[in-house]
Amino acid sequence: MIVVEHLSKQFNGQTVLDGIDLTVAAGEVIAIIGPSGSGKTTFLRCLNLLETPSGGRIRVGDISIDGDRPLNAQQGAIRRLRQQVGFVFQNFNLFPHRTALENVIEGPVIVKKTPRDQAVALGRKLLAKVGLSGKEDAYPRRLSGGQQQRVAIARALAMEPAVILFDEPTSALDPELVGEVLATIRGLAQEKRTMIIVTHEMSFARDVANRVIFFDKGVIVEQGEAKALFAHPREERTRQFLSKFLGGDASPA
Amino acid sequence: MIGESLQLAIDSAPFLLKGAYFTVILSVGGMFFGLLLGFALALMRLSRFWPINWLARVYVSFFRGTPLLVQLFVIYYGLPQIGLELDPLPAALIGFSLNMAAYTCEILRAAIGSIERGQWEAAASIGMTRGQAMRRAILPQAARTALPPLGNSFISLVKDTALAATIQVPELFRQAQLITARTFEVFTMYLAAALIYWVLASILAHLQNRLEARVNRHDQEQ
Repeated sequence: MIVVEHLSKQFNGQTVLDGIDLTVAAGEVIAIIGPSGSGKTTFLRCLNLLETPSGGRIRVGDISIDGDRPLNAQQGAIRRLRQQVGFVFQNFNLFPHRTALENVIEGPVIVKKTPRDQAVALGRKLLAKVGLSGKEDAYPRRLSGGQQQRVAIARALAMEPAVILFDEPTSALDPELVGEVLATIRGLAQEKRTMIIVTHEMSFARDVANRVIFFDKGVIVEQGEAKALFAHPREERTRQFLSKFLGGDASPA
Repeated sequence: MIGESLQLAIDSAPFLLKGAYFTVILSVGGMFFGLLLGFALALMRLSRFWPINWLARVYVSFFRGTPLLVQLFVIYYGLPQIGLELDPLPAALIGFSLNMAAYTCEILRAAIGSIERGQWEAAASIGMTRGQAMRRAILPQAARTALPPLGNSFISLVKDTALAATIQVPELFRQAQLITARTFEVFTMYLAAALIYWVLASILAHLQNRLEARVNRHDQEQ
């Protein structure tokens, strides 16, 4: 479904991503963990070309982008890829001048040219799915952070993407609002949606993801089945990282 | 005395209103073409391609850095010397549009630049082109920032159109001058002209307020 080959990214002479290879199967839920500055967010942003890779290839379904060629010549493919790849931002990035429903239908109506009434029906259904029935006409400013993030998830879903990328979706939220967003993502995982989630929520990663990838210094240090990786990390760096999160005990409670 | 002045003002009304008609044409035309050209210049200023960026910078620097009156004289009295003769009205319209564009360019550039990167990214993430992102996500938000200073510039333009009197456009101030030359009723005529400028500027200010309320509606308490 998704194939990433030798993806690299240099920034100001520094290597942020050092030849990442990754294959994601349909229906897989992948959690990416790692210290800040490890390149995990940059990797995610490269996947839908919000960040320009310095080299390597990205393939989603039958659309492929060659990072070794100028991206300007591949704009059409990039836009098609982005329609297949939903993105949920840490800071939501809802359109503040549009209501919740308008935010959700913006992609279908403007990009996919879906008839408006059809898009509205879809938008209402998706807002209901993320638990926001009745908030259709609310502007983002009137919604809590958790509600805004759920609108953002509905907005990504509205494009009916093949995969959804989440960039630390709960990091900007007040602690008491984290649960509602995680529950929404958990629901999507149960529907077997393909998702890649960069997160600091270790127990969430362990419970929801099929596979966990540990990033450090621009490379994939270790990856494996979620529960196994948390219980028995093979690499010393992974062990050190996890011990900080799990209070010195790398095994699940 | 007051009765006479009032009578004169009423008698002169058709002339003044004809002048006001030209004032409105110059103002609305200057705003329209100034906004259009200003937007194009703002896009040039946001370009990462330096010659284009630089061209817009020089343009803005020149038209903001030289007196509007001098610009009008160059266009109306200067251009004929190089074989480009313009009637007063088109000359004034071009002058005001070119000048207004320099100001709207800077206002729009600043307003567009103030929209956070995340909005561009959100639009891109659902597959929008840059044009779609600009139209659907960025401009509606930038309009909010741009409207107050744009309103200011437009109101200034209404008043600056009086400068067109110096290049033979029969606009409001020029008409008042002509009537004064005939009747010597200096105070009445210029006061009447001033009042008409005031009314025009007030209409514009009112429109600006309504437009601001409209673009800010998502920010209001429900």
